[in-house]
Amino acid sequence: MQGYLRSDGRKGIRNIVAVAYLVECAHHVSRLIVQKAGTDDVHLIGFPGCYPNAYSLQMMKQLCTHPNVGAVLLVSLGCEGFNREALQSAIAASGRPVELLVIQQAGGTLKTLHAGLAAVKRMREMIANTPMVPMRLNELVVGTICGGSDGTSGLTANPAVGRCFDELVKAGTACIFEETGELIGCERIMADRAITPELGVEIDSCVKKAADYYRIMGYGSFAPGNAEGGLTTLEEKSMGAYSKSGSSTISGLLKPGDVPPTGGLYLLDVVPDGEPRFGFPNISDNAEIVELIACGSHVILFTTGRGSVVGSAISPVIKVCANPETYRRMEDDMDVDAGRILEGRATLDEVGSEILALVSAVAAGERSKSEALGHQEFILTYKQFEPIGPACLPASVRIPAQIA
Amino acid sequence: MSTPASSPLLLLHPDDNSLVARRSLVAGEEVTIDGESIRMPQAVALGHKVARRALQSGIAVLKYGAPIGSTTQPVAKGEHLHLHNLKSDYLPSHTRQAKSNSDAH
Repeated sequence: MQGYLRSDGRKGIRNIVAVAYLVECAHHVSRLIVQKAGTDDVHLIGFPGCYPNAYSLQMMKQLCTHPNVGAVLLVSLGCEGFNREALQSAIAASGRPVELLVIQQAGGTLKTLHAGLAAVKRMREMIANTPMVPMRLNELVVGTICGGSDGTSGLTANPAVGRCFDELVKAGTACIFEETGELIGCERIMADRAITPELGVEIDSCVKKAADYYRIMGYGSFAPGNAEGGLTTLEEKSMGAYSKSGSSTISGLLKPGDVPPTGGLYLLDVVPDGEPRFGFPNISDNAEIVELIACGSHVILFTTGRGSVVGSAISPVIKVCANPETYRRMEDDMDVDAGRILEGRATLDEVGSEILALVSAVAAGERSKSEALGHQEFILTYKQFEPIGPACLPASVRIPAQIA
Repeated sequence: MSTPASSPLLLLHPDDNSLVARRSLVAGEEVTIDGESIRMPQAVALGHKVARRALQSGIAVLKYGAPIGSTTQPVAKGEHLHLHNLKSDYLPSHTRQAKSNSDAH
């Protein structure tokens, strides 16, 4: 496996140009630039809101300096509240080519489009010679999420990802699992796996925070399709989701944008701090995927029972299908058929090894199904977080990135 | 998983009072639960649960050896365990309004 060497020493498995709109008003022009560029290594990301927000600025900084990103074109309308100068200088400081287009100054849609296409062409040429260097598994960050879960998810795909995580953690890879709102009911067993008792307390309290938050919202993280697929309660879904974490010791608790300082297993707390202010913590699966990527994830393992088709901008998404009936219906979108376990055609360990091999292959450049189909979904919305406490990363005093 | 590989109903943990359908089962199909042969009182889809034994109302339902909610009415052995007779002890589950009637059984 080889990686694209970035000037901060991190290595990427892709070398994309990100086109980032800084308010919804610049979304269409940005999308036109990506479409007309006509190549799948130019990805669209952005933030739709006009009001400034520390979380969204920090997330955009982390995404635009993600190791899979080689260069960035920022597209601003001109009057929005987003701090484009701060974002531009953070990207420039990372050594990446970055250009800023302000639609009101450039002279509207067509002039910005033409300037944007020229900028993308320039930047693609500039990053074409990015040095490629050997990359080991312990330099990889892997995130996992479940979406469209059903009664098979916790029997096949989730525990198979757990087996894969156990092997990756042994190899020194940083592995991240998440959605504390989908771990309600598992807080005690999870806290017992923490590397220190103090981290256990943090884990317990962040799940309690999630339960309180969702209670105020009036809904748990439980979709109608979960029930149609045989899941009855949130805590039942949680037990299934929890098995994605495998059996390793939990090394730390992250918040969106925190990059794991070393290898190990990390829990990502995605539920905002303080009184609920901006609505549901994660409005859809891609919001969680974006947060995993902001934590440095090079690859996302996405388990599904009902059958999700989404991919992501920036990092490839590998689909592990839990339900054998869904797999037969949606094979074109699925990378791994974990439902074989239910039908006695494979064991959990075999599917775990298959996922591990696929992580290495995709990291080495092979395209996942969603990636080849052009799925580059992206969503980022308002949130607020306090920085993580000192008990959250006991193994290291160094925290490369934190929400300010 | 301690159930025989051939059984369509999976016991995930010895303490469980629920079983999971390994494949879709039709009403009237004969299955064996803990050595006793019974006929499925209704169809149960892949991934759904049935009661391993008769359960009173207000009983904790166990799956993976962990509590996943409480029964809201008596449940017969082999009966489908779902939204109509099992509720969360944390947050209520919601269903698509237009479909909730047909999902409840």
